[in-house]
Amino acid sequence: MNIYQEELLDHYENPSNYGTLPNPDISHEEDNPLCGDRIRIDLIVEDDIITEVRFSGHGCTISQAAASMLTEEIDGKSLTEVKKLTRDDILDMVGIPLGPVRLKCALLALKVLKAGAYGIKGWPGEEDK
Amino acid sequence: MPTPYFRPLDVESIRKDFPIFATTPPLAFLDNAASTQTPRPVVEAMDSYYDTYRSNIHRGIYRISEEATEQYERARDKVAQLINAPRSRQIVFTRNTTESINLVAYSWGSANIQEGDEIVLTVMEHHSNLVPWQLLAQRTGAVLRFMEITDEGLLDFTQLQDLLTEKTKLVAIGHVSNVLGTINPIQSIITAAHAVGAKVVVDAAQSVPHFQVDVQQLDCDFLAFSGHKMCGPTGIGVLYGKVELLEEMPPFLGGGSMIRSVERDISSYAELPAKFEAGTPSIAEAIGLGHTVDYITQANLAALQVHEQELLKYAHHRLQDIEGITLYGPSSPHQKAGVISFNLEGIHPHDVAGVLDTHGIAVRAGHHCAQPLMKWLDVIATVRASFYLYNTIEEVDRLYEGLCRTQKLLTRRRK
Repeated sequence: MNIYQEELLDHYENPSNYGTLPNPDISHEEDNPLCGDRIRIDLIVEDDIITEVRFSGHGCTISQAAASMLTEEIDGKSLTEVKKLTRDDILDMVGIPLGPVRLKCALLALKVLKAGAYGIKGWPGEEDK
Repeated sequence: MPTPYFRPLDVESIRKDFPIFATTPPLAFLDNAASTQTPRPVVEAMDSYYDTYRSNIHRGIYRISEEATEQYERARDKVAQLINAPRSRQIVFTRNTTESINLVAYSWGSANIQEGDEIVLTVMEHHSNLVPWQLLAQRTGAVLRFMEITDEGLLDFTQLQDLLTEKTKLVAIGHVSNVLGTINPIQSIITAAHAVGAKVVVDAAQSVPHFQVDVQQLDCDFLAFSGHKMCGPTGIGVLYGKVELLEEMPPFLGGGSMIRSVERDISSYAELPAKFEAGTPSIAEAIGLGHTVDYITQANLAALQVHEQELLKYAHHRLQDIEGITLYGPSSPHQKAGVISFNLEGIHPHDVAGVLDTHGIAVRAGHHCAQPLMKWLDVIATVRASFYLYNTIEEVDRLYEGLCRTQKLLTRRRK
């Protein structure tokens, strides 16, 4: 399957929740030095519920589209719930097969989210390796 | 046009030696600066070792081991001939260019570099010709100094006199930039380095596969390259060194094969080149490399170079017409080997390579193991197309069309 699917390109061109928040409860930014993709995620959290989310940054279509999809997914959910999101959940959202290099592009947003919200370091799916 | 004294490459028949191109549509493989394809005669030579005389070398007192030893050493002779090394024992087999350079850094470097000594490099070095020297500098207290590059992507020679002093003990320089394609005039750098008493290591990973390199003419002290960038197998590389240097150097890795005699506490070491080939080497791969040398020599390196120049000129001509493209490196193809690096405005290099891949075109996108150069270019990454003897003008056309389609698909509408 062609990795440049319409849905992915739509998210890239018209991303959801793009921007920053003035007084976020949680804000975290990381990059992938291999390709320079950079993502920042800002959250407002009230009683464990994510009430506002924004992402910003730059990079390839996959990193930016995956970040857009992830913010849609977590908006309104509890931090406890969101903590359970895995690598496979992101791959389901993105919905296309990815090689090892592009996989990291897709996972960068989740990595940033987990590091910012829970202090979990490392690439999703590789924690136990 | 120079008068051709040789047959031009018969690309059509060359391509038949590479089964990977037999698909429809054929794979346009334009990532040859990273690694090349391997022709049938080379694979068959390795198969023949595995099928008919598979055994270890140098010690077997039986026929097939003698055969393996002979083939392994014949490969060394062929490599020596390829780069015009005076003696075959100056050819050390390693895993790759990186290991060859590390061998020099550890063995020669540890014995000859002291605190305050200076090692001169260039900003365009591949990490393999940079990190080993950083490690050596950290171990010894030596200082790394860098030759800058001009806006054109050429080495800035105005600095050379300031850089080379009596403190300079070593100059480590890439013959051809794996990103910009720049062919560096290393002959004059070697002469200048020798004038201040410095030794010179040449990273020839991107030159030996593409044109005639003569170590005696260059008078370099060490020269390193890899088999897998010249149609050979992976896992086999070469270090050439001057005899007197190699003989004085302490061993790099210790183990079998590299010894003369071993006692409990001390050993004496084997003669060249065995001193630097500890353990069972990549036998099949060395034999494969010998046949690789036959293959590219038969194709004719001079003809190969002309062919790559034509592809490069055509690629420059076509790609520079694309709106929003930035080409990196010398604008004149004559100062370059078959490498073209570029970016499309507003599109991440990974996406360019990703879309081209959907059209059966393999190019590289990334920092190309040259992060200091990326920083100098002020980019995170570039897209790179690189050519070899089996590439065609039609593939350059496909690259051009693929880039136009990429722009159509991905030109950002957002902010």
